[in-house]
Amino acid sequence: MSESRKILSEITGREKLKPGEFIEADVSLILANDVTAPLAIKEFEKLGARELFDPDKVVFVLDHFTPNRDIASAEQCAIVRKFARERGMKHFYEGGQAGIEHVILPELGLVKPRSLIIGADSHTCTYGALGAFSTGMGSTDIAAAMATGKTWLKVPDAMRIELRGSFGGWVGGKDLILHVISRIGVDGASYLSMEFTGDGLESLSVDGRLTVANMVVEAGAKNGIFPVDRITREYLKSVGVESSTFTIEPDPYGYVSELTVDLSMLEPQVALPPLPSNAVPVSKAPKVKLDQVVIGSCTNGRIEDLRTAAEILKNKKVAASLRLIIIPGSPSVYKEALREGLIDIFLDAGSIISPPTCGPCLGGHMGVLASGERALSTTNRNFVGRMGHARSEVYLCNPAVAAASALTGTITDPGEII
Amino acid sequence: MSVERIEIVGRVHKLGDHVNTDLIIPATYLVTSDPIELGEHLLEGLDPDYPKRIHEGDILLAGVNFGSGSSREHAALAIKGKGVSCVIASSFARIFFRNAINTGLPIIECPEAYEGISDGALISVDLEKGIIRNTETGETFRAQPYPDFMREIVSSGGLVEFVRKRIEKQMD
Repeated sequence: MSESRKILSEITGREKLKPGEFIEADVSLILANDVTAPLAIKEFEKLGARELFDPDKVVFVLDHFTPNRDIASAEQCAIVRKFARERGMKHFYEGGQAGIEHVILPELGLVKPRSLIIGADSHTCTYGALGAFSTGMGSTDIAAAMATGKTWLKVPDAMRIELRGSFGGWVGGKDLILHVISRIGVDGASYLSMEFTGDGLESLSVDGRLTVANMVVEAGAKNGIFPVDRITREYLKSVGVESSTFTIEPDPYGYVSELTVDLSMLEPQVALPPLPSNAVPVSKAPKVKLDQVVIGSCTNGRIEDLRTAAEILKNKKVAASLRLIIIPGSPSVYKEALREGLIDIFLDAGSIISPPTCGPCLGGHMGVLASGERALSTTNRNFVGRMGHARSEVYLCNPAVAAASALTGTITDPGEII
Repeated sequence: MSVERIEIVGRVHKLGDHVNTDLIIPATYLVTSDPIELGEHLLEGLDPDYPKRIHEGDILLAGVNFGSGSSREHAALAIKGKGVSCVIASSFARIFFRNAINTGLPIIECPEAYEGISDGALISVDLEKGIIRNTETGETFRAQPYPDFMREIVSSGGLVEFVRKRIEKQMD
């Protein structure tokens, strides 16, 4: 069986699960945010449900339009806050306790290998990096799970991605996933589980794996899954989670498709608007003039991302023609960046530091684009109007390319200036 | 299980491939879950004039991967709130598919209809039989109809209403 099927089989206690089969499964953790929780609460109440199936297994994080952009977004947060307090929810995060949901859940030790995590946010698939089966759903599905502790799933078929070799300079998880999406397309993994294996995993840190798993949904996948190896276990231990090792053995029944990526051949990638599948090596990206650069998000807002950016920005100045916005993904990423002197480097370079928030990634606030403006961003979507006006453009890249380009004002290969 | 027969007749708005949820309802409007309010901005990401061009009962006809991207159920609600009677697409993205069924939005997958029907055509859709007919040319297209329980969820107005109806029946 594929790894995802093995996990679902363990959870349901059913030995032979076939792809395409419908199952009902107990969930370990349910997540929603300030955009999706208000609707989930409304549906939960319409169901006639009063209590959560387990108030310790439901997590609400206020991260999208926070600190609140306007009265309407503040009202949405007020609905979630009231509900969480009335139900005695242990895992309600806002203000200084909150960061971007997919950055803080692993940090809090809430993500456990082999568990089933569902969230009303498409990037819930991030937790596959730590060996969990996790997937995004809508608010009504989440409401039903909040009441019953169960959800229904169609057992996915799998795609296997074999990683070989190790990354060259200024190349990492973001380049790997953009490259894979460019090869298979934005619906190339529709309904599938993407399994990542191979000796190349050795050069992929946990932060890098979280970036990769985060974006499997951009290829239409249901989830992504990584083995739990020495690297994962060390990370999990640091956040108080003990775990065994889980390797991913090839499924003897085969995969819907297989792909091999030689990491040493990868260049930094840039995804041109308006789809993440439009990735090209940075050397072939058009030298467009940029108005804004964003480093952050649930894709690339972790400490490793900020360290990379700081390495390039140290003792340099951001081009006067653009704004560089840096968003630490969580309070602990922020604090670590401060401790390591990264925030000083960013401020000296002329960057704007934003509090942890999803903010500009979805054109919410903290860096919305005007008509005709162009942004280069370490976020996950470059759809039309994603960061603001329908006639603005978003290019996607890794933190090194973003930092290098913030210095020159156009899309730049970090190797050219360092 | 009885399912009321639904035949939908409406004017087609033909869209492209990969119409994602940011195009259906830009994130800046996600500070309400009211379908009517959301509907006022339907497809604004594609063209600011779209909300003015779509009328009660109209049908959206899209290419592959309709509803990709964010999990926002607001996308299905905006389509319903604007009064769109049905969405036909060559294929639907996974999360949107669940959201459409759960919110009671009639959807049907039919790549042939996408190839064969032009923008502005007046068509009829029989969800029970999975038949789409161009009323102007008489041409018909066959889609795989959904199982009874899924159509009952949709005709109940969504998963919540479906479950409530079931509970009420049990209590009777």
